Amino acid sequence: MKAWHFSENAYPYLPPADEYESIRVSLPNRHYDPKKGAALYDRYIDEWLVAEDEGVEIMLNEHHQTATCVDPAAPLVLAALARLTKRARLLILGNPVANRRQPVRVAEEMAMVDVLSKGRLECGFVRGVPYEVLPANSNPVRMNERQWEAMDLIVKAWTSHDGPVSHEGRFFHHRNINIWPRPYQQPHPPIWVSTTTPGGAARVGARAYVQATFLTGYRGTPAIYASYRKGWREAARGHDVPVNRLAYAALLYAGESEAEARAGAEKLLWYMTANKVPLHFCYPPGYVPTAMHAQILRGGGGRPACGEQSQCNRRERDRGRHHVCRHAGSGLPPDREDVQPRRRLRTSLDHGTSRISRA
Amino acid sequence: MTVLAKPAEATAANMISIAGVELEVLERGGGAPILYLHGGAGIAPDVTFIDLLARRRRVIAPSHPGFGRSSLPDWLDSVDDIAHVYLELLDRLALTRTDVVGLSLGGWIAAELATKVPERIDRLVLIAPVGVKTGCPDQLDIPDIFAMPRDKLDRLRFHDPARNALDLAAMPDEELYIVARNRETLALLTWEPYMHNPKLKHRLHRVHLPALLLRGDSDGIVSAEYLARYAALLPQARIEVIARAGHLPQVEQRERTAAAILRFLDERQTAKRSGAGS
Repeated sequence: MKAWHFSENAYPYLPPADEYESIRVSLPNRHYDPKKGAALYDRYIDEWLVAEDEGVEIMLNEHHQTATCVDPAAPLVLAALARLTKRARLLILGNPVANRRQPVRVAEEMAMVDVLSKGRLECGFVRGVPYEVLPANSNPVRMNERQWEAMDLIVKAWTSHDGPVSHEGRFFHHRNINIWPRPYQQPHPPIWVSTTTPGGAARVGARAYVQATFLTGYRGTPAIYASYRKGWREAARGHDVPVNRLAYAALLYAGESEAEARAGAEKLLWYMTANKVPLHFCYPPGYVPTAMHAQILRGGGGRPACGEQSQCNRRERDRGRHHVCRHAGSGLPPDREDVQPRRRLRTSLDHGTSRISRA
Repeated sequence: MTVLAKPAEATAANMISIAGVELEVLERGGGAPILYLHGGAGIAPDVTFIDLLARRRRVIAPSHPGFGRSSLPDWLDSVDDIAHVYLELLDRLALTRTDVVGLSLGGWIAAELATKVPERIDRLVLIAPVGVKTGCPDQLDIPDIFAMPRDKLDRLRFHDPARNALDLAAMPDEELYIVARNRETLALLTWEPYMHNPKLKHRLHRVHLPALLLRGDSDGIVSAEYLARYAALLPQARIEVIARAGHLPQVEQRERTAAAILRFLDERQTAKRSGAGS
């Protein structure tokens, strides 16, 4: 099992939340100080390098027009990390391909990073969060279909080596696909696909891609994994699903004692609570199934992608607290207090993830 | 509160199959035909208004693909696609000539249709239509209805939102599902380019027929300036304003809106008679 260090490159120097409507989409970028931002990039990249030193792999993502994640072009940071690191696997989770106009360009970027890093890329694809459709001007209807066509097109671009091939699909058109460079890893880098519901997991399992889940908890995660395994088995891939196909992201804080771990974990929750986003950015029409959309219009119900502004923070906070506390609490059991500091992060990660992987 | 009619119960709607679309078509009244093209909120809020027109005319009112109970095939994703479906609908219903009334999104569909078969349309009524881009690139012609809270949207849509905004919380599940689905199809059709077809304004020169452009005086979606620029693209258009109405004058001022439409459509008879007498 591998452990990964993930940072969203948040910009924390914000006015009080009651002074702005939304931390995403509409927060004016006059609140972004480029000098502070440059120092943050140094810090976050340094943290990834520490993670590599600790024997932990590296994960990054991208979001757009938001203070919560000032990495709107993850392939750029990935390219820097490809040169700054030597051993760590480099996971981008991921490319929001339903919002990218040219999947072949994404295939080129990822192949280039794979070559730059000499085969250390793990390439994730995501649908993108709902507040991203406005910044991308991307139609929220039929995103799932676009994502899968884009992913298949990217794999075709990575794996075609005998001159130009073409693609005339429902959403994307390329007459001449012949990318240089091609990926370092053969036939292509490992592919990860994120989901937070069981619906899409079967399809990911059928392709044997890595299933990435975020903050779905001890309660939500087993259903997603079960759906993945069902898809895997129905695609005649055998009965046993390798554990390295099932990934889970949690917030984690390790401390010298349980009390210290809990105190640190409470601070981590800032990231979950600092997500003030009004309803109309959370639920663009078509992003969630129609029945759920109807319940949201009614003014409640449904499993939120984000949630109503007032409820959103509370729900996110509760979800986050669940994970953070359990992980932090189990992060450093008393009988492991003699563990070398250098091994501490890795050990606590192993302990937490072993609980999830039994799900 | 505006009460939504239930199309399945209150009306006898036919299903007509065209190019993979199962089209729900409401037909009321008798006499010379009006093809009635509803706006982004679907046909349900307009049923009472349609009945007013149907006292004098035969009204044929399809629910657009993806609206009401009309299906939405995978291939369909534009207003132009819908206009092509309606070309076939004209043939199926043997409407060699008809008046067309289109509201908001339906006004856009009507304008597209008129550029394709102007010879089959007698008179055209566009109520608060969208569909063209007339202003400068750095300002939206139509406010972004997908990027604002519902209460703000209702203030833009209605002269009297307290009286006319839909009470979604109290709506039966089946109707609310249709409201949600209508909104999704509206997003599919209008997301990009936002609320317009860049080609349409270069095609409207073909619409050589009398056109009436209406808007509610309090409409916060379609501005007076926008409507004036729209009218200027049509060879024979004139503008009328409905007082104390917003973006849906057919809901807020039913009688006066119906009277304005019928008065305009009747001018054809007057023109014909005076033509015959001269």
